[in-house]
Amino acid sequence: MTAEVAALRPVESEGTEKAAAPLGIWGVPIDVAVEDVTRRFQDTPALNGVSLTIAAGELVALLGPSGSGKTTLLRILAGLDFPDSGRVLFGGEDALSLPVQKRHIGFVFQQYALFRNMNVYNNIAFGLAVQPFRKRPSRKRIRERVADLLSLVQLEGYEKRYPSQLSGGQRQRVALARALAAEPRLLLLDEPFGALDAKVRKDLRRWLRELHDRTGHTTVFVTHDQEEALELSDRVVVMREGRIEQIGTPDSIYDEPASPFVAGFIGEANMLAVTVQDGRIYLDDRPLDLFPTGFPEGKATLVFRPHDAVLAPTASGTIAARVVAERRHGASRRLETEVGIARHRVEIDVPVGADRPAGGRITLKPTRWRLFAGHPES
Amino acid sequence: MSDAGATAVATARYARREVTTEPIYIRRALTGIAVVFLAFFLLLPLVTVFIEALRGGIGAYVTALMDSDALAAIRLTLLVAAISVPANLIFGLAAAWAIAKFEFKGKSFLVTLIDLPFSVSPVTAGLIYVLLFGAHGFFGPWVQDAGIQVIFAVPGIVLATIFVTFPFVARELIPLMQEQGTRDEEAALSLGATGFKTFFRVTLPNVKWALLYGVLLCNARAMGEFGAVSVVSGKIRGQTNTMPLQVEILYNEYMYVAAFAIASLLALLALLTLAVKTALEWRFADSLAGAGNRR
Repeated sequence: MTAEVAALRPVESEGTEKAAAPLGIWGVPIDVAVEDVTRRFQDTPALNGVSLTIAAGELVALLGPSGSGKTTLLRILAGLDFPDSGRVLFGGEDALSLPVQKRHIGFVFQQYALFRNMNVYNNIAFGLAVQPFRKRPSRKRIRERVADLLSLVQLEGYEKRYPSQLSGGQRQRVALARALAAEPRLLLLDEPFGALDAKVRKDLRRWLRELHDRTGHTTVFVTHDQEEALELSDRVVVMREGRIEQIGTPDSIYDEPASPFVAGFIGEANMLAVTVQDGRIYLDDRPLDLFPTGFPEGKATLVFRPHDAVLAPTASGTIAARVVAERRHGASRRLETEVGIARHRVEIDVPVGADRPAGGRITLKPTRWRLFAGHPES
Repeated sequence: MSDAGATAVATARYARREVTTEPIYIRRALTGIAVVFLAFFLLLPLVTVFIEALRGGIGAYVTALMDSDALAAIRLTLLVAAISVPANLIFGLAAAWAIAKFEFKGKSFLVTLIDLPFSVSPVTAGLIYVLLFGAHGFFGPWVQDAGIQVIFAVPGIVLATIFVTFPFVARELIPLMQEQGTRDEEAALSLGATGFKTFFRVTLPNVKWALLYGVLLCNARAMGEFGAVSVVSGKIRGQTNTMPLQVEILYNEYMYVAAFAIASLLALLALLTLAVKTALEWRFADSLAGAGNRR
């Protein structure tokens, strides 16, 4: 389902000079700055000193487990919630002094929140129909705009249907069209595909990216699905317990995680408690042929991904492991092993048909790895 | 092969029996008990009202209804309902909206207060107003000085009726609005709608059938209320008698046909209410109950 995106005619109301309107009011994408925002519910901080900048036109994912504060941050950007302290700036101007109606944002809710007593046409036209009399576009213009949006979301001909007559994917597209109708300068999506089944989710993901590339809105979306975040966004903001763990492009988040949490949350990762001594890593007092440079001595966590390890000929300096189980994993074989005295779980991918010593004991070494100070939290 | 044959015979024997259905004699017995109960306590009195009302023939029936006191009673009942029902519509809607969409101190107290008229005897409700606005009541002196007659006059009747019918609209709306949450309103706000526009274009349409249902119940009770109005009204013929009160007076004066004639009007109202209520429940069940509206 590729999006053949129709040209969008801008909506103008009579008697307002487009040139005279300040930048950002007419749907020009805006940059966003969040400065040291804190929000407490009872005594727990849902957001704890969060700071972040988003460039105009960027597609940013807020990624994290539940309770990480990502939805709270999104709602604060929307104006549906307010921080206890901190600043939020849209295009350099204070956004917190603006009520939600004046922020010119488009919000797509997880459960769509379509108006069930209105048909698709009226749902999409809502943002235009409720504008104050002088600013409201003419009926003809509204009709044109809705028609454009319906072809944008590929739901031409659905004007008279009611939300109860639509499938989940269709409702989500109507919700998106509705959010885009009044030309928002910032598009916010709260786990937009969470309620859909896998195939529809994949299609809509691709389609959302194409839509974004065409319309160029600054977009922020919340998700707990790391695959979705990595696939869709220009940058990913990984959050945990009200704090930002790391911000970066999908590649840098995946290949250069800044903490064990990020390494474990994004993709799969093995984590081993090791010690660094004399510029060398020791696992259970056995030296490994891994030489970290400039890393302080003491306890450390060795992190490597299952596909970043190979079977090595038995020699000193490799990790000895006992194979506990194995199964097919995509194009490789996944070996589940136990390592060391503490029997840490380590999983590695090996090519199908690779030579393996009999008896279930293997030696492996990581080809790409990272080291973090301190031992892993159990 | 023989296994299949044996299984087929076994399933045929037990095929009709569903796990959650009672055996037929239990079903028939329980249904029978319910029908007898309904017939005796509901159907019989209802039919009796109409029989007794028409005992003197249609002529006597119409004469009884055209009597000036009867017409005054009908007018007063309609007036009281015309004031109480819209008042409670507004109060109930406002209370339900505040309770369902907002958090504030004293919210649970408000909810308890809304249920108060249900737990209080209607006679007590009427007495409250006598104690407040009667000649020796709390506000008595002020009311007298202002020249307004509350007790033993129409204002008192209206107040008492508002009190006893207050919960109907609110109780119908609160669970539904709580279940609907604030999502739709947030969506409307995020699209630029003001508070008012959000309320009239989004909130209100979402509860329209439950609102109608609540208004229906409120109206039925407002027109049929006896206890509270009886205490407050003073029963001045032609002035402060509502239909239920008029029925009582006529019956006490042995004017049975007239009494039953007016009662038959109330019975017709009850039947009409029941019919509309059933129609609403049948067509809009999922818009009424709090557990409905699943997407």
